[in-house]
Amino acid sequence: MSAVAPGRVPLLLEALMLAAAVAAFFLFPYSLGFLTRILIMCVLVLSLDLVLGYGGIATLGQAALYGSGAYAAGLFAVHVWPAPLAGLAVGAVAGAAVAFVSGWFLLRVRGLTLLMLSIAVAQVLQEVANKARGLTGGADGLAGIAMDPVLGLFAFDFVGRTAYWYALAVLVAVFAFLRMLTASPFGLAVRGIHESPARMAAIGTPVHARLVTAYTIGGAVAGIAGALSAQVTELVSLEVFGFALSAEALIMLILGGTGRLTGAVVGTVVFMTVEHVAAAADPFNWLFAIGALVLAVVFFVPAGLIGLPAALGRLGRRR
Amino acid sequence: MGREFRVAWLGRASGHDPGAPEAALARRGPMGTLVNILVDGVAYGMILFMIAVGLSVTMGLMRVINLAHGGFALIGGALAHWLGARLGLGFVPAAGLAIAATVALAVPLERVLYRRLYGKGELEQVLATIGIAFLIIASVNLLFGSGLLAIPLPEAIRGPVDLGFRTLPAHRLVVIGAGLGVLALLHLLIARTRFGINLRAAVDNRDAAAALGIDTGRVQAAAFALGAGLAALGGILGAELLPIEAYYPLRYMVLFLIVVAVGGLGSVAGSFLAALTLGIIDTAARYVVPDFGTIFFFLAMMAVLAVRPHGLLGRAP
Repeated sequence: MSAVAPGRVPLLLEALMLAAAVAAFFLFPYSLGFLTRILIMCVLVLSLDLVLGYGGIATLGQAALYGSGAYAAGLFAVHVWPAPLAGLAVGAVAGAAVAFVSGWFLLRVRGLTLLMLSIAVAQVLQEVANKARGLTGGADGLAGIAMDPVLGLFAFDFVGRTAYWYALAVLVAVFAFLRMLTASPFGLAVRGIHESPARMAAIGTPVHARLVTAYTIGGAVAGIAGALSAQVTELVSLEVFGFALSAEALIMLILGGTGRLTGAVVGTVVFMTVEHVAAAADPFNWLFAIGALVLAVVFFVPAGLIGLPAALGRLGRRR
Repeated sequence: MGREFRVAWLGRASGHDPGAPEAALARRGPMGTLVNILVDGVAYGMILFMIAVGLSVTMGLMRVINLAHGGFALIGGALAHWLGARLGLGFVPAAGLAIAATVALAVPLERVLYRRLYGKGELEQVLATIGIAFLIIASVNLLFGSGLLAIPLPEAIRGPVDLGFRTLPAHRLVVIGAGLGVLALLHLLIARTRFGINLRAAVDNRDAAAALGIDTGRVQAAAFALGAGLAALGGILGAELLPIEAYYPLRYMVLFLIVVAVGGLGSVAGSFLAALTLGIIDTAARYVVPDFGTIFFFLAMMAVLAVRPHGLLGRAP
């Protein structure tokens, strides 16, 4: 599936995306905050693509991992050391730990039960964060995060220039890592489990262990996304554990197309842009735009937006 | 910008507020509180049952993850609000017309949109039905605004009822009665009629049922319409507990899905059991440990699903 077709330039799409991200910095200098939010969301949706697109683990609780990373990185910055990269590592460990523990029992069930249990994990964590007011600030959010400069060189500025480049660098690193991981034997095993758990078990793959590993790695990536958001916004609110976040990440991923990594990025950019533009143009009726977009994709481009060129190509050839 | 939307997603999965439980505790003492918990919890459970049972049957029958089911409760509630509060109709005719209109909307929706989803993967179903939920929300928002859509209750069930030894809110009793009535009618329908036989056959094995000459398409359409009608009924009767407003389908989506998952897909009795259990647990937790209500609710659900992954009365597919 991910093998490069003959005559295609390898990584062309990825290069175009990176160029677009660099261009966006210069084209929309007044929207850097929003653009940075998109980049962070891309990291989260990429983590979901690993778990769901490759592993076939249908979860609506990715916010549990994202939120754990956000709170861990936030608390680490407030109480221990406000260095951004160390914070990312702490966020990754926190996300991975929560994924490892919760994955152990989540991944024994499938379908609707898995969806509901994954929602429950995030909700319980949200309630715990809400009640642990002394530590997390409860409903007021965790404030008082003041980050050191990135690598001791680039200080965060008010306009958000450093934040944008920092988030973009993290996104590129995460993307490259996931590209390598999904092409590795481990990635192939996970994809095989997605296709047929029974056959993979028959050829000797420890199915449950592989899924827990994939979920844990996905948790680390989601934790990085959460840590990034905590560092850039310098605030962690209870919404990081919110069902909204999990659901929207899922919508963005399916919208863009699952199991290709590029689809996750495209879906996130398109969804957030449409939401941003439609909500600004008509604050009351913009949900029509999102609803229509989502339905159009399901019925006309079932492979997701990333399949749009191929679908158009088929249409052209048919004539 | 989009704030309502985000807040709606964030609404607690179990969103009703039985109203100042501490005050009730002080006023009535522990026995009175126990009765209150039971009455409120059972009434709440009945509402959940009425709304979720259609979802459970259609999900068991069509294998469609329908995230827009709460939309039918919203449509019913919004129409009842329009007919009752704005046009001045009485409660019963307003509710009846609203339910009929909801069914009339659901049938073409099933024909045009849902039918195309049956063969698709579950992710596409999630995406499409959430899109449908968005469109329903946007439509209600456009027509009725984003405020609370109150449904005026008739004088007769607004006040308390004196049972001789204790007074209870009449509305709760009506809800409980309606829930039991729905359960009885559904049981008769499914156990005793030709439609029920076809429905059970189609839930058990759709292909075999179709091979035996059952028109599964019509069974599906009828079950879908019935589920939508019951959701509308639940939405209207439950407006006191789960207030009707444009973001209703998102706010309570998880709640309805939890009832379905805990009860077991396609099981009417399972939905009833799950709705009552969760309704009582949620209400009791709010009265007794108001600070930790949500945690109790979700831990109860996790405990059930850990022991019985296919729900209380569900069977492995």
